[in-house]
Amino acid sequence: MTDTTRTDTSSADDIPIAYVPDPPRMRESPEQLRARIPGWGADLDPADRPSHPKLRYAPDDTGAHWRFPERQPGAEQRERSIEHAFVTPVFGTAQPLHGLSGAIRRLAYRRYSEARLGHWALLVVGDRVDAWGSHLRSFASLHPDNPITETGILAELHADGTARSGRSDRRHQLLDPVVVAGPWVAAAAGAFLGGRRLLRRMR
Amino acid sequence: MRAMTYRGPYKLRVEEKDRPRIEHPNDAIVRVQLAAICGSDLHLYHGLMPDTRIGHTFGHEFIGVVDEIGSSVQHLQVGDRVMVPFNIFCGSCWFCARGLYSNCHNVNANATAVGGIYGYSHTTGGYDGGQAEYVRVPFADVGPVKIPEWMHDEDAVLLTDAAATGYFGAQLGEIAEGDTVVVLGAGPVGLIAAQSAWLMGAGRVIVVDHLVERLEKARTMAHAETLNYDELDDVVVELKKQTDYLGADVVIEAVGAESDGSCLQHIAGTKLKLQGGSPVALNWAIDGVRKGGTVSVVGAYGPIPAAVKFGDALNKGLTMRMNQTPVKRQWPRMFEHVRNGHLTPREMVTHRFPLEGISEAYHVFSAKLDGCIKPLILPSAS
Ligand SMILES: NC(=O)c1ccc[n+]([C@@H]2O[C@H](COP(=O)([O-])OP(=O)(O)OC[C@H]3O[C@@H](n4cnc5c(N)ncnc54)[C@H](O)[C@@H]3O)[C@@H](O)[C@H]2O)c1
Ligand SMILES: [Zn+2]
Ligand SMILES: [Zn+2]
Repeated sequence: MTDTTRTDTSSADDIPIAYVPDPPRMRESPEQLRARIPGWGADLDPADRPSHPKLRYAPDDTGAHWRFPERQPGAEQRERSIEHAFVTPVFGTAQPLHGLSGAIRRLAYRRYSEARLGHWALLVVGDRVDAWGSHLRSFASLHPDNPITETGILAELHADGTARSGRSDRRHQLLDPVVVAGPWVAAAAGAFLGGRRLLRRMR
Repeated sequence: MRAMTYRGPYKLRVEEKDRPRIEHPNDAIVRVQLAAICGSDLHLYHGLMPDTRIGHTFGHEFIGVVDEIGSSVQHLQVGDRVMVPFNIFCGSCWFCARGLYSNCHNVNANATAVGGIYGYSHTTGGYDGGQAEYVRVPFADVGPVKIPEWMHDEDAVLLTDAAATGYFGAQLGEIAEGDTVVVLGAGPVGLIAAQSAWLMGAGRVIVVDHLVERLEKARTMAHAETLNYDELDDVVVELKKQTDYLGADVVIEAVGAESDGSCLQHIAGTKLKLQGGSPVALNWAIDGVRKGGTVSVVGAYGPIPAAVKFGDALNKGLTMRMNQTPVKRQWPRMFEHVRNGHLTPREMVTHRFPLEGISEAYHVFSAKLDGCIKPLILPSAS
């Protein structure tokens, strides 16, 4: 006989079930499952599953008391996907576009639909420009970026200085510091080399 | 107010920000009492979502007290304690009218391919999120629900996304009685998906991950069998052996764009960002499910293309179902399951951090330190 601790399905003559027409047999009966697992089968009937069927026309159940929502003011300057007919009646106002990163992002929205890789590539470039611009600006502010506190790396240690236990993901333990600290180390090294070259040239 | 702010990949801090204000007559301002960090936040934290702006406040799992309401709000009052679905949705567009709340067309000016989400970059609409003392909640008459008296706050906050998504993932699998269901990923989403698969009549539930404490949770909390892919040469072959060479009837992918399991894909996708994440788990799902079977994808992917084995999906005649979760649609039925103890979201909470400790919280959750499964955030004003 097939070892039932390994497979739940087995045919009468030991040929794996995939190669014969027999229906798979359940390893445990519904009664056994119901006894062992809280709520087993409570949603067996698809009618009890809230996302069935996928489309369910019920516009009166949503709480909306409008056919089209009132328009939020301030849409004129708001970037939008060109796949939209207009700026949506409600939109987020966090972090409006600004500076060089803003210009790059605006170009991404104006020039390319979401279907074009150029749209996303420009947005990714905008993100990096935004990040490095913000880091540099922060160094001229009262609240400079601090890679030690902002990466939360101190959480590797408990308050008493002992290492946190139970990290079971050893591969990332090696990879992550390189990825996180790498750009900072590279930037510091670049600044150092650049500065040295500049000094040499000035001498 | 105090708010978590993004400072670039892997870097966050708490800053003083202006308290959000009513910008639309159906807005509410909610004072956050409890928030959480979601596996999806890690994709933002790692810099994988295009148009994540410096200064953005993350957080799409939160509950709190209504602090102010706009002039057209009818269903909520100041002082109500509410749980807020992670989706921002209008309730009246073509999609909302048909129950596709996560695909609302009236709330995300930045993209049509994804709906509105709190604190989830400008690609999902540019709304600041709930890892802060206060948050702007658009369409207050549509999204938020008053927290039932009997419900534990930690269940309520998990129902705003992680738990609802696990339950939704099991539904997308179209599980029939006796089906063998494989869940990839034993994070909060995968664990609830495993619990939910039983509710829909699964005959076997097998959870795959490589973090031992999460696999342990899958056995105790979700009564599942477990496979540790670090101990296996080839997960797909193991799944075939486990199912008498059929493959699983249903595979639920609860991992998303930062999947491990192939060093090359992982580095190309999530470290060097040469593709839109690494779809290793999705490919395991496609190859591990039986022909004619169903793959349910709730793991999140961004808009940048990734190397998915679409040919295998075609040649195997698969049904693939997926979406961002329309959270509020899950709630009435889920509330019964939580009340009856069929679903136990708060069992997954392992860590509670003050808002001021947000950088540590993200690092612990991202690096999976300390056996972390689900971290909660307590804003200072709560
Ligand atoms: N569709 C939605 O509406 C929605 C909502 C919430 C979360 N999500 C997504 O669901 C996914 C899971 O969320 P979570 O909060 O549980 O995240 P999580 O990061 O806590 O869990 C992911 C788990 O997957 C495991 N994993 C990595 N590679 C794997 C592989 N190849 N095979 C099996 N397991 C693997 C990890 O070890 C981890 O335990 C994320 O991608 C998140 O963005 C989607
Ligand atoms: Zn989420
Ligand atoms: Zn809508």
